[in-house]
Amino acid sequence: MPITKKDVLHVADLARLALTDTEIDLYTGQLQRILSYVEKLSELDTKGIEPTTYTVPLMTVFREDETRPSLPREEALGNAPEEEKGCFKVPKIIE
Amino acid sequence: MDITSLTIHELSERLKKKELSSVGLTKEFLARMESVEPKIHSFITVTANDALEAARHADKRLAGGKDITPLTGVPISVKDIFCTKGVKTTCASKILADFVPPYDSTVVRRLKDAGAVILGKVNMDEFAMGSSTENSALFKTLNPWDTSRVPGGSSGGSAASVAAGECAASVGTDTGGSIRQPASCCGVVGLKPTYGRVSRYGMIAFASSLDQGGPFTKDVRDSAIMLNAMAGHDPRDSTSIDAPVPDYASFLGKGVKGLKVGIPKEYFIEGMDKDVEAAVRGALEVLKKEGAELVPITLPHTEYAVAVYYLVATAEASSNLARYDGVKYGLRVNETGSLMDMYKRTRDAGFGGEVKRRIMLGTYSLSAGYYDAYYKKASQVRTLIKNDFDSAFRKCDVIATPTAPTAAFKLGEKVADPLTMYLSDIFTISCNLAGIPGISIPCGFTKDGLPIGLQLLGKDLDEGTVLKAAYSYEQATDWHKQRPRL
Amino acid sequence: MKYEAVIGLEVHAQLLTGSKLFCGCSTKFGSEPNTQVCPVCLGMPGVLPVLNRKAVEFAVKMALAVGCRINPRSVFARKNYFYPDLPKGYQISQYSEPLAEHGHLDIDVDNTTKKIGITRVHMEEDAGKLLHGEGPEDANYSFVDLNRTGVPLIEIVSEPDMRTSDEAQAYLKALRDILVYLEICSGNMEEGSFRCDANVSIRPIGAEKLGTKAELKNMNSFKFVKEAIDYEIQRQIDVVDGGGKVVQETRLFDSARGVTASMRSKEEAHDYRYFPEPDLLPLIVEDRLVDKLRNEMPELPRAKRERFAGEYGIPEYDAGVLTASRALADYYEATVKATGEPKVSSNWVMGEVLRLLKEGSGDVKDCPVSPQSLAGLIKAVKDGVVSGKTAKEVFEEMYRTSQPAEEIIKAKGLVQISNEDELARIIDDIIKANPDNLERYRAGKTQLLGFFVGEAMKATKGKANPQVINKLLKEKLG
Repeated sequence: MPITKKDVLHVADLARLALTDTEIDLYTGQLQRILSYVEKLSELDTKGIEPTTYTVPLMTVFREDETRPSLPREEALGNAPEEEKGCFKVPKIIE
Repeated sequence: MDITSLTIHELSERLKKKELSSVGLTKEFLARMESVEPKIHSFITVTANDALEAARHADKRLAGGKDITPLTGVPISVKDIFCTKGVKTTCASKILADFVPPYDSTVVRRLKDAGAVILGKVNMDEFAMGSSTENSALFKTLNPWDTSRVPGGSSGGSAASVAAGECAASVGTDTGGSIRQPASCCGVVGLKPTYGRVSRYGMIAFASSLDQGGPFTKDVRDSAIMLNAMAGHDPRDSTSIDAPVPDYASFLGKGVKGLKVGIPKEYFIEGMDKDVEAAVRGALEVLKKEGAELVPITLPHTEYAVAVYYLVATAEASSNLARYDGVKYGLRVNETGSLMDMYKRTRDAGFGGEVKRRIMLGTYSLSAGYYDAYYKKASQVRTLIKNDFDSAFRKCDVIATPTAPTAAFKLGEKVADPLTMYLSDIFTISCNLAGIPGISIPCGFTKDGLPIGLQLLGKDLDEGTVLKAAYSYEQATDWHKQRPRL
Repeated sequence: MKYEAVIGLEVHAQLLTGSKLFCGCSTKFGSEPNTQVCPVCLGMPGVLPVLNRKAVEFAVKMALAVGCRINPRSVFARKNYFYPDLPKGYQISQYSEPLAEHGHLDIDVDNTTKKIGITRVHMEEDAGKLLHGEGPEDANYSFVDLNRTGVPLIEIVSEPDMRTSDEAQAYLKALRDILVYLEICSGNMEEGSFRCDANVSIRPIGAEKLGTKAELKNMNSFKFVKEAIDYEIQRQIDVVDGGGKVVQETRLFDSARGVTASMRSKEEAHDYRYFPEPDLLPLIVEDRLVDKLRNEMPELPRAKRERFAGEYGIPEYDAGVLTASRALADYYEATVKATGEPKVSSNWVMGEVLRLLKEGSGDVKDCPVSPQSLAGLIKAVKDGVVSGKTAKEVFEEMYRTSQPAEEIIKAKGLVQISNEDELARIIDDIIKANPDNLERYRAGKTQLLGFFVGEAMKATKGKANPQVINKLLKEKLG
């Protein structure tokens, strides 16, 4: 599957990356090369093989429904680039 | 003799006998740091005051004679991927350059509880993405054995700081070899435990299903000591395994008589570095002489591991790194006042080239229409790779391989070609995909005097046997006693 | 051409757990912004989710209540998108392997029962809230409050089985009643703890193929859901009749104008890149747990309504009113148990009890008159101690003071006079005082009976037993 510049732009958009033209060209080439490399997986017949996401023994881990102290608000907002009114401040969201 | 070259267990003995104080020791390491740091550049943040405070506290503990662990009063470094409460945690990224977490990672908390003295936070490839630490957005760390070469990566700062005697031990993370490969490059011991053995809470995620924290030490006994402190179930990490933690030191010195060591033919390939091959084959002979039985095995899907890894790891990374959006913490670039623009410019300015490349690859492989061909396919092949190990471990107790195909490479040598860089992880990646434990221990030097690593892989949760074999080999050789001249 | 609408609903219900789905922060509504947040729900680097057991149990209960099959293994997945109210840049949800599937719910519209299919019930975490700048200095900013982030939700997805806004409304109400009955959701639409999106399309009557659907959002009351759907159906008909084509899009309901309007900004790239959440192991729900929860299930609204009508012989309407909440139904049943009078009890509960409750909180849990106390009053009426009319006064007093009926009746001297001798004397006096009316009565103007009854009541300050008075008057007026 050849990857086009248009694909790269679309992906950059999905990933919220503002790429320069040079970067777009660079990534188009590099992603193409990596994707051609991973094409080797298609040599393998994986029909009916369960995918592995978890390598640890499967058992659900729960916590009990108990409340724990939250962060003091100053700490919650302490790393915020901009804050006001006890909130994280962001450019206006247009709906 | 320079006490900064000593191991944890040697230092601990002296601390317990009051031949040393933790404060004195901490000052020695800080002084050592001052002299070698200009050559090595391991540390992003040095927390001298906190360290001295912790050392004073450790001295009290030592004086009281109660609640002393082998780590009490021992200075260590921590990869800057572990969150440290009140101390900047950057992940070597511009996007987190000023991030100060309001919480400790579980690993850091456990080490602090054990009484370890944290000297500071060490360099790494940005978000642990890389094999040379050249992808740090802050500066490059150099290999103590040859400063024209990389220390390996991504935990290059951890490996270099231990090798250079700037600390007694370090903790790093390993997603595709990021502990073992730099350990090999810097001539130290690096252990990646079983996935789930060490809590990931507070360890900044790169690829969640592969990331695992582990120690860098000067010898195998120290590795067992560090693992004792780090391992165990954490209710904050749903993927941490709820199994008892044995005393790993108790496995040491039991010898390898009758132990079956699997030799996978796929790891000894045509055209591999001659010095590396010779050193590893030599190591196998030593194990045999010590009473181990060498068993030829096969791991037939090895050649697919790099492809699987770069699909799975980048997909998870693309999602894990979505939180760096300039809203709650970290860098924000907001020039136009548009939300979309803020997102894109923040992330463009905040992430380095390799991180962006992996986010792009991961986003692409998960995007509509490609999931089955890439992510799902890779996850299925991951099953085959895991099955390979299951079959192999029916014939042997541990598997021995080279840690990396070459010794440390030159700075800048592989930067231009991501794929070549990726292929340098070829021997370490399968272990993460299967979730099993692996260790790299020094097994010789190249003609140029660069360290070479022997990798030993074990069964799930069988770090004990891995450490036992590693210790047996180590005690039969002198490689671990070599220190770089700085 | 004639069209029919095809409607499917996606309902999000906040679960009434004390803590969030993946961390220990409180789920309390209405606190100061960003005071119920911690590293986990703020999506800080390195944090990990740990699943709330109670949230799972609540979700399983709901799934059982709507007849779903519980999947023994379900998988959490990441739904990836950027939005300032989503701190991690992904929402932890369930996708290809949800908690439960293949359920249904019966609804009643226009005296017919219809089965609405339920595709799936799955668990996910809520997002935060955005406050938009109002003052001129804030006009270019939005403000993010993450208190709601991570509050447990279940999403209940219906099949596109509804054809009218009435059906949609009935389905929604039935779902909400069940959630409230199970005590797992407050059902409060205004506060957003019960939310609904509607997928609406139209097709020519008789057609099999589904039309292009629009997804309607922002309908925060039952009334708005109906209005929005009705508007949207007509809008689509107008589009198609006008030669146009319905486009697949998200539309927001504007309750002030009663219209739906396209929400283009969220349209771009609906590519959520779902993949299994590596930080949470698959959710294993063991049969044992399902059985335990099934046994703990309360009687659900529909079953209770049918039982009330059958067992107590009360009208369907009464049964509906009395089962509107579990507490009211329990109140009614306790009253019946104490009185043995289902219909009389129903009249009292539906009448006086609900009337006075509505002046206050409306919640029967706040009723100062216990069912046993009410039964005491009902018995007093039955035994002729007080008249029905006086009893209403007594009830008001009971409601005000929480005193038992007997005490109020005694203290206020409201005991009905049923003693025939005493009443006979009073009647004799009245007859004596009104010879004209007696004559006219005897001459055939029997309507004057009412006059004599009135006088007797006046003389006894309303305490005379009307049956006894009637009987005595008939005898004496003869």
